[in-house]
Amino acid sequence: MKIKSFRIAVRSVVMGYLLILIILPISAVYIKGFSLGWEPFWKEISGVIAWKAILLTLKLSIFTTLIQAVIGTFIAFVLVRYRFFGRSLFNSMVDLPFSLPTSVSGLMLLTLLGPQSPIGKWLNTMGIHLLYNQTAIIIGMVFVTFPFVIRTVQPLIEQFDPSQEEASYTLGAGKGYTFFRILLPSVFPGIIAGSMLAFSRALSEFGALSLISGNLPGKTMVASVFIYGEVENNNMQGAAAVAIVLITLSLIVLLLVNSFQKRRGIQA
Amino acid sequence: MGPSGGGKTSILRMLAGLEKPDAGEIYFNGKLANSLSVQERGIGFVFQNYALFKHMTVFDNIAYGLKVKKTRPAVIKERVHNLINIMGLEGTENKFPDQLSGGQRQRVAFARALAPEPKLLLLDEPFAAIDAKIRKELRVWLRSLINEFGTTTIFVTHDQDEAIEVADEIIIIQKGQVEQQGTPWEIYNQPASAFVASFIGESNKLDAPLSLNGFPELSEYKGPDVQVLIRPEWIEIHSENAPVRPEAGQEGTVRHVHFRGDSWYLEIELLNGIRLFTYQAINQQVYQPGDKVNIFIHRLSVFTPKETRILENRSKVDLMPINL
Amino acid sequence: MRKVFISITVLLFVLILILPFISIVFGAFQNGVGPVIQAFKRPEAIHALTVTFIITVIVVILNAVIGVILSLEIVRGKWIPKWLHSFINIMIDLPFSVSPVIGGLMIILLFGPTTVLGMFFENIGFKIVFALPGMVMATVFVTFPLMVREIVPVLSELGTSSEEASATLGAGPVRTFFQITLPSIRWAVYYGLVLTIARSVGEFGAVLVVSGNIINQTQTATTLVYQDSVNNNIVAADSVALLLGILSILVLLVLEWMKNRKEGRVYAYRGKKFRKALWSISSGQPSKFSN
Repeated sequence: MKIKSFRIAVRSVVMGYLLILIILPISAVYIKGFSLGWEPFWKEISGVIAWKAILLTLKLSIFTTLIQAVIGTFIAFVLVRYRFFGRSLFNSMVDLPFSLPTSVSGLMLLTLLGPQSPIGKWLNTMGIHLLYNQTAIIIGMVFVTFPFVIRTVQPLIEQFDPSQEEASYTLGAGKGYTFFRILLPSVFPGIIAGSMLAFSRALSEFGALSLISGNLPGKTMVASVFIYGEVENNNMQGAAAVAIVLITLSLIVLLLVNSFQKRRGIQA
Repeated sequence: MGPSGGGKTSILRMLAGLEKPDAGEIYFNGKLANSLSVQERGIGFVFQNYALFKHMTVFDNIAYGLKVKKTRPAVIKERVHNLINIMGLEGTENKFPDQLSGGQRQRVAFARALAPEPKLLLLDEPFAAIDAKIRKELRVWLRSLINEFGTTTIFVTHDQDEAIEVADEIIIIQKGQVEQQGTPWEIYNQPASAFVASFIGESNKLDAPLSLNGFPELSEYKGPDVQVLIRPEWIEIHSENAPVRPEAGQEGTVRHVHFRGDSWYLEIELLNGIRLFTYQAINQQVYQPGDKVNIFIHRLSVFTPKETRILENRSKVDLMPINL
Repeated sequence: MRKVFISITVLLFVLILILPFISIVFGAFQNGVGPVIQAFKRPEAIHALTVTFIITVIVVILNAVIGVILSLEIVRGKWIPKWLHSFINIMIDLPFSVSPVIGGLMIILLFGPTTVLGMFFENIGFKIVFALPGMVMATVFVTFPLMVREIVPVLSELGTSSEEASATLGAGPVRTFFQITLPSIRWAVYYGLVLTIARSVGEFGAVLVVSGNIINQTQTATTLVYQDSVNNNIVAADSVALLLGILSILVLLVLEWMKNRKEGRVYAYRGKKFRKALWSISSGQPSKFSN
């Protein structure tokens, strides 16, 4: 029947699209990475620069995640619980790092902290250097992961049953005690979920970091920049190898977030 | 007690310190309490939705108030276990609220509020979420609990049966105003206003002008502000052939009958068009729509803006009744 | 205490978000308006903006069409066995979890000048890598989940009763599709479109890798910004960046407006999901909170 064959054609197109677009490319990375076998794969990864890049990225991503867990929760709390002038404006601003192109984000930070801006000059005179070093990487990562924890924690605080806090007050507990013993444990799953997503994001960040980190091999080169470098140098093997590490890490984090939320039945 | 939206919960929350009154003073044992924070007031509060701490076990929930006071762990343990036993919650110490039944959660809420030995216990419609049948059993339980602990308790409800059965004293609130304050007996039998009379128990509501056998005083009341209320238990029915006091009763026809399990519900239309409802016990004579009956009204209440009056049927007083 | 907390929060916002944005404005206009306009008049700038525009248009059309069809198949396709379902779901989320550079890498590995496919296509005159097709593919890769993730939840909630009613009234599948199905998901589609546009315009990493960033040939607006910064051409870089930044803000505003504007219970639950959808822009993580 005409309709049936049309249907089948449509489905093939769709599946073909998926295939070419996603399945093939990802497989290609894994295939290429392991194309010469395990040995060369390990060799590529354990090459000093590659290894250092991976470690650096991991270390700084974890650090960023910890920072975000704290300030993200703090900001979420203030945005939900306090009314102040400009609150909704700030609330909308939170999403800005989401919608900015990463190179623009990088440029923003570069311009702000660079030698030409007043702030940059002032910082330099005080001996503080915030560009082309590991601090810069953290700044960049914090910028692009800014919304993650905030947005996962906010709804949890909003939905939190106020009578539990009131009950705590009637039992003699002060605001601080109540916050740490009653509210925080409740929104903890949100903090974890947001942190994991922030971590994954920080791991994969490229654009902003390529501009502000200085990209010094072994010192301030993150994994994504390393991959880029390898591609430019036509070392597809090396690029794919490190890419595999990154993909696998991100996937693991994703699966963790997924199962974590299924267990807890989290609603964003 | 009072109708929804009347302000009962607000008053309770103001007593707790969860809300600030715009005007007026609150005294605890003669001392001004307005400036005391929630934490300082020494009250226990049971919320309508129990507000249990979801991430804590039953034990930790109940122990919370004691931990805040930095009570010694050994004392906490003893007190909590004591309460658990009293509340019949044995075996649930390490369970979380979402693993408990509704009734268990409620008892945990009570135990938690009572653990720090508050001077005042505030209950915000704690039985609201419970089935009607179980509510009746809970009233007895609550009464005995309060007797055992001896804590002054203020209990907010819109269920008047509950209030009458449980309370030593009832305050009826409507639209933020106190309509009446008194014992259940007083409230039921000497309602201060038409509102209270119709809020508590059931009544037939009639307007003036009105004329009923045995109540000559009714002719005094003519205006539109007059409300006459007759409780169904004050109406006695007899068949037209066997009236109690024929000259003091009213003739009427049964218009509607339905069965209620423990009684019959009847609507009777009097000769002058007034319709009254009443109940008939099962072991008494059964009536059908269309039957002619003679009813005897023992007493009724009259409410005007200026006064409240309870009138007894004259024929019960006069030995020689005179028909008017 | 309250005031302290609010001040700290405001300070954090100023430091992390506001200052960087302002510095771009100052950086761009530091020598006056003239150089800014010059920056845009450069041939490479015009070219880059054109390239971005073309890519965006193609990607939007592709993703819109395939996105809708794929969503329909995912939600309503009875021919898909259970295991395939979860596999497809994972596949759809994949572009989110992967660094954009890796996205570009993949395309090169598959279609690069040294690969079988690459050489095949080049022989028929169709250069993929270091040319527009590759850039389009890379951008499609990263924006692909957006439409689907928007439409699928809406479709699942709508059910098929409207289409069934249409069929009983005699309408054929095509008419039903265009007059019943499509309108019922239109807000999800619009949403996805706006997100796709924002992401296409803003994509950097993947495109940089795939395009080779050849000036006047395969540069996009974002890689132009990169180029200008690397060349220390601050005013030009900041000017283009400012344009992109303003565009991003506009996107946020449009999305906010759409969120408020939508009618019907279909979007009733989306209030917070609007943010969730924004994960996707700028290689964020997927909205794992639903489905």
